[in-house]
Amino acid sequence: MEVPYKIVIGLEVHVQLSTRTKLFCGCSTEFGAAPNTQVCPVCLGQPGALPVMNRSAIDLAIRTGLALNCEIASVTKWDRKNYFYPDLPKGYQISQFDQPICGPGYLEFSDPDQPEQMLRVRLIRAHLEEDAGKSMHDEAAGKSASRIDLNRTGTPLLEIVSEPDLHSPQAAKAYLTELRLLLTYLGVSDCNMQEGSLRADANINLHIDRDGETLATPIVEVKNLNSFRAVERALIYESQRQYDEWQRTGAVLGDAPKRTFGWDDQRGVTIPQREKEESSDYRYFPDPDLVPVHITSEQLEYARSQLGESPSAIRQRLVNEHALKPYDADVIVSQGRGVVDYFDRMIQAGANAKRSSSWIQQEVLRVMNESNQGIEDFCITAEQLSELVLAVDAGDLDTTRAKDVFQYWLQHPGSNVQSAKQALGIKDVDQSEIEALCRELLAENPKIVAQYKEGNTKALGALIGAAKKKNANADPRLVRELSQKIIEAEL
Amino acid sequence: MNLCTLSALELATRIQARELSSVEATQYFLSRIAETEQHIHAFTHLAEGALDRAEQIDSRLKSGEQLSPLAGVPIAIKDVLCTIGDRTTCGSRMLSEYRPPYMATAVQKLVDAGLVIVGKTNMDEFAMGGSTESSYLGPTRNPWDVQRTPGGSSGGAAASLAAGMCSLSIGSDTGGSVRQPAAFCGVCGLKPTYGRISRYGLVAFASSLDQVGPLAHHVQDLAACMAIMAGHDNRDSTSLAAEVPDYLAELGRPLKGLKVGIIREQVEHAALEAEVRDAVSHTQRMLEELGASILEIDFPHQEYAVPTYYLVAPCEASSNLSRYDGVHYGYRELGDASAESPLDAMISRSRSRGFGPEVKRRIMLGTFALSAGYYDAYYKKALQVRRLITQDYHRAFQDVDLLLGPVTPTPAYPLGEKLDDPVQMYLGDLFTVGANLAGLPAISVPAGFTSEGLPVAVQLQAPALEESRLLNAAFQLQQAGLFTPQVAEPPAT
Repeated sequence: MEVPYKIVIGLEVHVQLSTRTKLFCGCSTEFGAAPNTQVCPVCLGQPGALPVMNRSAIDLAIRTGLALNCEIASVTKWDRKNYFYPDLPKGYQISQFDQPICGPGYLEFSDPDQPEQMLRVRLIRAHLEEDAGKSMHDEAAGKSASRIDLNRTGTPLLEIVSEPDLHSPQAAKAYLTELRLLLTYLGVSDCNMQEGSLRADANINLHIDRDGETLATPIVEVKNLNSFRAVERALIYESQRQYDEWQRTGAVLGDAPKRTFGWDDQRGVTIPQREKEESSDYRYFPDPDLVPVHITSEQLEYARSQLGESPSAIRQRLVNEHALKPYDADVIVSQGRGVVDYFDRMIQAGANAKRSSSWIQQEVLRVMNESNQGIEDFCITAEQLSELVLAVDAGDLDTTRAKDVFQYWLQHPGSNVQSAKQALGIKDVDQSEIEALCRELLAENPKIVAQYKEGNTKALGALIGAAKKKNANADPRLVRELSQKIIEAEL
Repeated sequence: MNLCTLSALELATRIQARELSSVEATQYFLSRIAETEQHIHAFTHLAEGALDRAEQIDSRLKSGEQLSPLAGVPIAIKDVLCTIGDRTTCGSRMLSEYRPPYMATAVQKLVDAGLVIVGKTNMDEFAMGGSTESSYLGPTRNPWDVQRTPGGSSGGAAASLAAGMCSLSIGSDTGGSVRQPAAFCGVCGLKPTYGRISRYGLVAFASSLDQVGPLAHHVQDLAACMAIMAGHDNRDSTSLAAEVPDYLAELGRPLKGLKVGIIREQVEHAALEAEVRDAVSHTQRMLEELGASILEIDFPHQEYAVPTYYLVAPCEASSNLSRYDGVHYGYRELGDASAESPLDAMISRSRSRGFGPEVKRRIMLGTFALSAGYYDAYYKKALQVRRLITQDYHRAFQDVDLLLGPVTPTPAYPLGEKLDDPVQMYLGDLFTVGANLAGLPAISVPAGFTSEGLPVAVQLQAPALEESRLLNAAFQLQQAGLFTPQVAEPPAT
């Protein structure tokens, strides 16, 4: 018998902050260098080496905290989290235990089930910590060698921990999508999941409603979620797995300790990970090598000045001030700050907002995707495109020819509408000229007129090709309109 | 020519005046080492190329280059400070072959000042101990009586001076590790204010207590050494930004009007031996003759100093020593390959065999005290008491300028005597750990010999950053004849 249940999900997101150097030493954080080349005595954990805090990591953490509506601590400190692992050269990770830099906050995003509704996820905290290195297990050909790359060791991470406020895998994905967008807008992280700049772990269980009683299944932490799609798929799978397990065993929260499962993306299953019997006692204590951090009002002011307009504020602005549909506003905002700027510059140059939006969505984004380039590398400026949109609005050329101009610009960057029209042989056409052309064509094609009169309105399409042959600058829309008018006047 | 008890400053002056070269001075001490080291074992190893470096100093001086007032002087470095291109063993099997890829800031400053490193001195393993018996490389012997301990953990540093094997020595002091061996060996030893000298490159035992400190026969040499090593280091967040005074220029101020406190709980302590108490009284009278006034001071939390120290230090140590796992450097022994986790087996085997019993004892103590459920009762409580002890000092220094007392309850004891009784060993630290817990400067000053011919010493303690006051008082006592720099001659072979 099917029993109704609610899914309860909390997410822990590790974000790599885009500082130039590591959290406690001067080594570069750049991705992709040869293994163990971006290291020094400090991040190698050599005896006697000492950490020195990177102030810009603090600034980025404050900026993020403010954008996530968090309380920012006036005093924060560093703690050691002790555990042994080969990619953790000091035998402890410098993290923040009981005085995180960012306290409670929240993030809002639109409900994937009802896009006009907003969901709010409360955040417990966001704290800074250093990343560990990377272990590569080479078990090919029977070898059991493990290699360790410590380039990543000491890279600053901000761990953003949510309350279990998410109630569907889709909502979890939407939360992550909005969080990533916000962080990208803030410029605090590149959020590149392939390079590990953004990593998510999920805690999930079910609240099962049986005979008016709510039963909670044991909490499972799902790791190894390498994409947002993986998050969604893993949580769909895991919620069903927990339901099936409950049906089979009846086990509820408290019957078993929290377990860790890994997501196998290829097989599409979650798999229990090896558990150490001594459950994690990290023996946190304040790091005596580092002094507590006092956050000044100047630092807060500075961070506030760096916030910029948030994605949700821009969406609202596009809807309220420019009358875009929420869907269209979201498409533009989701493309990132650069596309929003492009849109704003088109408006400033006089183009209509809705048409700017559709030109961006249909043409600009298409070209960007095809050529795999960013908006900052796009060769047609917002001002140029605005001029084109205005020319169409003014009836100087039709949309089809405007797209020809657009294509021409891609090949010949920097020219204006006039020179493109010239190059493409587009002439300004008088309406009366087209009307005369239509009368001529209708007279030559009585069959088409007859078909149209019988209700086959599509028959007129054949005229457009013919009109183009006689006058390349004939606007198809105009040809159709005028032909209809002429025939209907005869009826 | 006897260079052993000549002050390092005087030696440098002669080198500067080309009365003698740095090479000659270095040769002198190297031949002393060749003669004496077999009886004392003050060094873990000698530095390679000391004569070459001395020669470089000579030629730089010859070319008219201005170096520091200690340029050309042979110096010994405790083997807990990283020296590039050389081993830094920490007296441990774990690091017996370890060569650091960098230089400790304090050592780099000495090298830049033209001092010539002759060797790395023996120590208790990872500076944990008070007798230098826990060294993986074997114990150091007290030059005044080779059947006795030189103290520890900087036992090699103090013994190298007492046996005339160098002109200056650098140690480290976490709970008395400079002052106690200095006292046992009849030399001067200073533990500066926490943060006064950079800890960068000082292999950590207990980070909130560790401090580099110089040892010498003469107080003015400590001052000259401090002038070189002290100062802020942007590689050490806990190093202090305060300006470094001219320690040498501040020596020689009269003590008239100086108020000196005697801690009642220390001089009346049951464990304090009479001859040490006599040394304190003798020093007290000498200070009075020099114009100081004496006040009795209460230290209500004196009895908690050792227990507090033996929680704070092992807790920090348990974490600091986690990096020695046999993975990246240091001693590695593969465990049982068929174990469920060969990795865990390797880490466990490497640590079990790489560390000696005292280090393991302290790691276990600290790990236990930091564990969930015990943290509040032990570590947190210890931090609270640490604050109370610091307050005792603050209160005392409202009334007095300096504190006078013993360094150790007894003179040097026979080797092996306390090896199997760690608590007795720990109690030997009862007068020294306070300065570390409160982060204050303290100095051990020789005060003659016992009837058995063993050195005794007194301790002076001062408020934070008042090293000048300490050094000046010790210097005045030296000038007034509280002690005469002496070297113990090796037993006839």
